[in-house]
Amino acid sequence: MSALLEVEDLVVSVGTKKVLDGLSLTIAAGSVHAIMGPNGSGKSTLGYALAGRPGYEVVSGSVRYRSENLLELPPEERARAGLFLGFQYPVEIPGVNNVYLLKAAVNAARKAQGQPEVDAFEFLKLVREKMQLMQMDEAFLSRGVNEGFSGGEKKRNEILQMLVLEPTLAVLDETDSGLDIDAMKIVARGINSLRSAQRAVLLITHYQRLLDHVVPDYVHVLARGRIVKSGDRTLALELERRGYDWILEAA
Amino acid sequence: MAAETQRDTQQYDALVGRQYRHGFFTDIESDTLPPGLNEDVVRFISKKKREPEFLTTWRLRALRHWLTMREPTWAHVRFKPIDYQAISYYSAPKSKANAPKSLAEVDPKLLETYDKLGVPLHERARLAGVAVDAVFDSVSVATTFKERLAEAGVIFGSFSEAVQNHPELIEQYLGTVVPHTDNFFAALNSAVFTDGSFVFVPKGVRCPMELSTYFRINAANTGQFERTLIIAEAGSHVSYLEGCTAPMRDENQLHAAVVELVALDDAEIKYSTVQNWYPGDEHGVGGIYNFVTKRGECRGRNAKISWTQVETGSAITWKYPSCVLRGENSVGEFYSVATTNNYQQADTGTKMIHIGANTRSTIVSKGISAGHGQNTYRGLVKILPSAHGARNFTQCDSLLIGGQCGAHTFPYVEVKNPGATVEHEASTSKISEEQLFYCLQRGISAEDAVNMIVSGFCKSVFKELPMEFAVEAQALLAVTLEGAVG
Repeated sequence: MSALLEVEDLVVSVGTKKVLDGLSLTIAAGSVHAIMGPNGSGKSTLGYALAGRPGYEVVSGSVRYRSENLLELPPEERARAGLFLGFQYPVEIPGVNNVYLLKAAVNAARKAQGQPEVDAFEFLKLVREKMQLMQMDEAFLSRGVNEGFSGGEKKRNEILQMLVLEPTLAVLDETDSGLDIDAMKIVARGINSLRSAQRAVLLITHYQRLLDHVVPDYVHVLARGRIVKSGDRTLALELERRGYDWILEAA
Repeated sequence: MAAETQRDTQQYDALVGRQYRHGFFTDIESDTLPPGLNEDVVRFISKKKREPEFLTTWRLRALRHWLTMREPTWAHVRFKPIDYQAISYYSAPKSKANAPKSLAEVDPKLLETYDKLGVPLHERARLAGVAVDAVFDSVSVATTFKERLAEAGVIFGSFSEAVQNHPELIEQYLGTVVPHTDNFFAALNSAVFTDGSFVFVPKGVRCPMELSTYFRINAANTGQFERTLIIAEAGSHVSYLEGCTAPMRDENQLHAAVVELVALDDAEIKYSTVQNWYPGDEHGVGGIYNFVTKRGECRGRNAKISWTQVETGSAITWKYPSCVLRGENSVGEFYSVATTNNYQQADTGTKMIHIGANTRSTIVSKGISAGHGQNTYRGLVKILPSAHGARNFTQCDSLLIGGQCGAHTFPYVEVKNPGATVEHEASTSKISEEQLFYCLQRGISAEDAVNMIVSGFCKSVFKELPMEFAVEAQALLAVTLEGAVG
């Protein structure tokens, strides 16, 4: 299996604070990885650093994505190259239609690949299909991006965007937080529908319950800015049972 | 000096007399008044336009009043003093000798903008001020258009034409909403205005199409002191579009227009403006001073006047489209998007004067500042003792792009009737790093993201614009804010 993403010794600071401190992680195409860890361990920072958010400064280390230096690319080019970040707290953009944002996103990626703009009719058909999968109401399309959405609706919207954009690598930052069990199942179904041999998913999560529905190939524990333990999905179950302390003590 | 002007006037008069045979509009080409403003100049303009006595007198009264006034200084704008004696008040088309001969001579930047806005090729020459005699496409369109209006009984044409053909309407309505003494710039306009638009919609008629200055041919050069009068008789309805999204080239720095609207019982006037005069360059050099007085009066019961404006151009904008709600149950609306980029300054807003019972007004103002732009909302909601049950809702939002611009809000509220309801909401926000990054993470470029966020911000105003105007306005906003985010 070829590596889709190779993170080596990544050191990232936010302001004056070093948050990631020598993180290494390799993700192969076709796999699902879960990153777990206590609050403040740097999980969200990893997502932002990969996506290129300003203010998340890479001090040292390297990130190769599809054998290219990811860190050289501005955030929008990373996105167009198939890197998707599902936000933990999706921001509201008042007055901008969901469907409008989605279409602009799809067309930006197509343009970067030298493809013509998406046909409006085909596009709407695709979006409706995905919305059905996510059990979202039609009226949602004409609402403002995340405007007045409940926490659960925002998360579903993130997954909808992901399904429409069909990323190669999806980094989902606590997509499960704030979801009731039914909504969690819907979200899990969405994520599972994207799984394929060409794609990979990195789930950042606090609890293992999402992993009952989206079964990961690997589970990593992030603590003090680096991965301190890796294993298969049984590790998640063990964490659920025993908490993080035993690992932190061992690390 | 006075003797000289008089001699000039006589010469011009002779010239005018000789050339009238060839038609009014061609003879204008040949003359221009020397700079300066006095009673002779006003008489000259009035005579040149073959105006009836009442109008000459009215102009002179305005001039005499203007001479006692001072330029207002309360607006939140800065500019060097204007020398009113250095302006020529009859600047008939500045001899086409100075105008570019073809598009090849036009500033390539301007052409680039036309490109971005998708302005049709045959339109570009006219907008750029190229010395072409007529644009045949629009002439034929305009002719068909005039026929349809005539069938409906709607009078639509230049102000000069109306003075000749319907002097009784001019005499009855001119200055009844914006008196010649109203303010410094309105008084100046009243004395020296050269042309503008006139619309009269008779009782019960719903104007069959949107009226647009675009179709008002043979009144092309009215830029500097424009005078517009729109009258909607009882039960009539009209929608008027002013301006055009493409940037207009103009030699005159000072623009002081006056627009008066009169709506009688159950009549409705919708007035939409897209203003895109030259804003000056990115260092704040040049650009138009747009000092405009716009006011509508709901003179009858259940009348409605709605102003919608998208202000993106001009170096300085000083403009408060207002409604005098005299008739019972009458309604006034003001929807505005004002953008300032680079060194542009805008001080704009509205006045809603509630006189009649149960009058209602809505104000939605969206100010966008970028670069070093300064954007001020100034609004007055005045409820007089007679306005029982009057209601106003004001929403005033500012959006800042970058850290060197400014947004200011001056809402004045005077309520003299305890039964009135006045609501005011205001917000100031910045395009957040979070919103921007969210869009970037979806692959959308920073520039497209800003445009998208700004359009979303302005949505409640854009939806008030006629459809095709709204699309153009959105494109215009994108061009205006180009480069606002690095």
